[in-house]
Amino acid sequence: MAGPASRRPKLAVWKFASCDGCQLTLLDCEDELPAVAGAVDIAHFTEASSADGPGPYDLSLVEGSITTPDDLRRIQHVRRVSKRLVTIGACATAGGIQALRDFADVREYASVVYARPEYVATLARSTPISAHVPVDFELRGCPIDKRQLLEVIAAFLAGRRPCVPAHSVCVECKARGNVCVLVAHGTPCLGPVTQAGCGALCPAFNRGCYGCFGPMESPNARALNARLRELGMSTPELVRIYRTFNATEEPFRQAAEQAEQSEEADG
Amino acid sequence: MDTAVADSLDPLIAELRSRGFAVVGPTVRDRAIRFAEITGAAELPAGQGDEQDPGHYRVVERDDELMFGFAASPDSAKRYTQPPRQALFRMREGTVEEAEQEAPRVALLGVRACDLAAIAVQDRVFLGRHPDPAYRKRREALFLVAVNCAVPGGTCFCVSMGTGPKATAGFDLALTELTEPHRFLVETGSERGADVLAGIPHRPASAADVAAAEEVSRVAATRMGREVDTENIQESLAAAHDSPRWAEVAGRCLACTNCTMACPTCFCTTVEDATDFTGSLAERTEVWDSCFTLAYSEVGGSPVRGSGPARYRQWLTHKFSTWYDQFGVSGCVGCGRCITWCPTGIDVTEELRCIR
Amino acid sequence: MHPMTPAPYRVSSRRVDRADTVTLTLRPMGGPCPPFRPGQFTMIYAPGVGEIPVSISGRARAGGYAQTIRAVGAVSRALCQTRRGDVVGVRGPYGTAWDVQAAAGLDVVVAAGGLGLAALRPVIRELAAHGSRYGRISLIVGTRTPATLIYHRELARWRDVHGIDVQVTVDHPDHAWKGPVGLVTRLLDRIVFEPRRTFAFVCGPEAMMRAVADDLVRRGVAAGRVLLSVERNMKCGVGRCGHCQLGPLFTCLDGPVLSYARAAGLLAVPEL
Repeated sequence: MAGPASRRPKLAVWKFASCDGCQLTLLDCEDELPAVAGAVDIAHFTEASSADGPGPYDLSLVEGSITTPDDLRRIQHVRRVSKRLVTIGACATAGGIQALRDFADVREYASVVYARPEYVATLARSTPISAHVPVDFELRGCPIDKRQLLEVIAAFLAGRRPCVPAHSVCVECKARGNVCVLVAHGTPCLGPVTQAGCGALCPAFNRGCYGCFGPMESPNARALNARLRELGMSTPELVRIYRTFNATEEPFRQAAEQAEQSEEADG
Repeated sequence: MDTAVADSLDPLIAELRSRGFAVVGPTVRDRAIRFAEITGAAELPAGQGDEQDPGHYRVVERDDELMFGFAASPDSAKRYTQPPRQALFRMREGTVEEAEQEAPRVALLGVRACDLAAIAVQDRVFLGRHPDPAYRKRREALFLVAVNCAVPGGTCFCVSMGTGPKATAGFDLALTELTEPHRFLVETGSERGADVLAGIPHRPASAADVAAAEEVSRVAATRMGREVDTENIQESLAAAHDSPRWAEVAGRCLACTNCTMACPTCFCTTVEDATDFTGSLAERTEVWDSCFTLAYSEVGGSPVRGSGPARYRQWLTHKFSTWYDQFGVSGCVGCGRCITWCPTGIDVTEELRCIR
Repeated sequence: MHPMTPAPYRVSSRRVDRADTVTLTLRPMGGPCPPFRPGQFTMIYAPGVGEIPVSISGRARAGGYAQTIRAVGAVSRALCQTRRGDVVGVRGPYGTAWDVQAAAGLDVVVAAGGLGLAALRPVIRELAAHGSRYGRISLIVGTRTPATLIYHRELARWRDVHGIDVQVTVDHPDHAWKGPVGLVTRLLDRIVFEPRRTFAFVCGPEAMMRAVADDLVRRGVAAGRVLLSVERNMKCGVGRCGHCQLGPLFTCLDGPVLSYARAAGLLAVPEL
């Protein structure tokens, strides 16, 4: 059994602009949750409990992106009270789906959607946590993968580097024994430029990868785009597949721009 | 080597199953001809073939009823000799406990000559200076039924690599599929194989059967989709480290690792450490790795081979050149999987031509 | 036994060399310590954290391997933080050795950069113990700052008791430092050796080893008489993980100790 609560590392879970799906992943760990709760003192986790233990916290898991002036202040507080800060999920690591606002005019949108847009306090861009405070580790995914979350926590407790490889989805796709949907079916797939972590979930169901885990360590989107065009993808389609959950991650941002430019060059 | 003729594969499959083997053979799954457990010859892909080109694979209908009218499957024997994940050991309170070495009894039905050559290459890797008892156990639990290729694929070049198309060694039984009438010439390659053959209906092969089988392999050898000039390949490739072609091919290379994962001889691995939440139990697992990842060559926080050209050079040079230095054979058996399963269709045979 | 399975070793002593560097004595929990040759390494496993190759710095008097570790990553940090009595996993010894006998009758230059001194310690001890078998013996050491220098007491003993010409240079001096500043290659001008009759052992960062080896060869030392110890990513130590390849070589099997005659061409190729 674990020692008294006071000696266990304190864990906090924080939320910024997000859907809660990533912090729910922690609650999804039904089999492992008792062991986690035995090893760490879950001191601040409003999704799961009203307990609100005081900081400082040994490990903070931060979900969500920075989209409001208040977020800007709050993330500084979270960093101050956290020894280690791990961001979880595409919103926190890359700005999330809401970063699509970067490609549009937020004020114009707000004026169309809301009757009294002046009450909406929002920033022009949705930015990852790392744009504002130092981050000790980023766990990618939309949503994050349960095994990887448990690995991050176990690695934190053991003092090791989490085993969260930065290579492509293809590594785990082949290990899983999937047939390559791009080669065998002609299905567009972002697996070769996307970081592993999901266990190659979509290709296992004969779907192409949607890039939920963001760009892999050395993405060559230019080469993939050329191939995807051969498979019949149009420029708008190419732009759209990169502009999802990790649209503003630099390699994906460039991939979409490069798709637009190469059409201009071709056209 | 004894030769016989069998009319059906059902008795063979039944005999192997009765001996405790899971029979794993080609069957159409996920729109590809894949290796999976089968219980009867009806599950074999009769009348279906494949179309293989760089970055392209399709199952196609054939105009005959050949059961083995296709080339290399996306799956090689590597999954059985060297599974993608292998538990190594657990450590708890100062004691080390080796993982149970699992070695399922599997009969691989339909391995090709190139696959047998690949297994022989892996034997050199895992049974050399520091032999791996788990590999040995898995290897011994494998019963290999080769099928000589009748219809090589568009990316095949086993003839260039001297590994096929006819299986000459390393099998328990080798079949050649013959037509008019449909039957199989069966060769035995081991005592175990002869023993299994004795348990199923067969008759001695006639001179005509043997000649027909030879003709299948002779014709197959003329139908290679690709070729490689192996003359001086070891020396010339090692000397080509500053070829401009490395940068050119890296422009098309995704560094996605598919070629290395699909390759039946690529053996590289890394290790994963895991702990329970109390910190009392530690486990290590060996997993497939690839020279295309950055972590592969990381020293002191940065990769030795950080650039795409350097990583592609490592893969191709290792496979066709330095493998000879290390293991005395080529690392390539000419199966063509790296060409077919490259998402951007990089063709090693073309790269070799350009680089040398 | 599986080649990837470690044997449990106990940390029987722990000496703090520097703020971030410790020397552990590791003794097998069952049976004797396998023999090792100078230059060889073991794979040391910190339970649950990971495994790294570490050179053997010597045999401890009470038995066991003396191994010096600097905390630079998660595994080395965990190993540095072990306490006496803790259990780690050890595999090996593996790899090629410093061929000290080949230096008999010749002047000897030992050149160390940073923690490279740890891998050279068995060589220096052999030279110190049998000084009469060799010509002039020089040990040149380069280190980042005076505070990162390891083994000072032994350096003093090698100089004062064994008559080895020991010279140390630092990259960044502090106010108390009165010795040379700069690259270790500059110390080659301060020691005496007859290049055509010299054998050299070099260990340190790769750039430092190449600079020293090139300098020695320029001065007339045969490349085949310059040995260095190459570092590459290593997961297995037994030629099965593939990571440590350097061209045709597996650093774990064919190295880490290589002659410069063999290594020069390989190390000269960027990103090989």
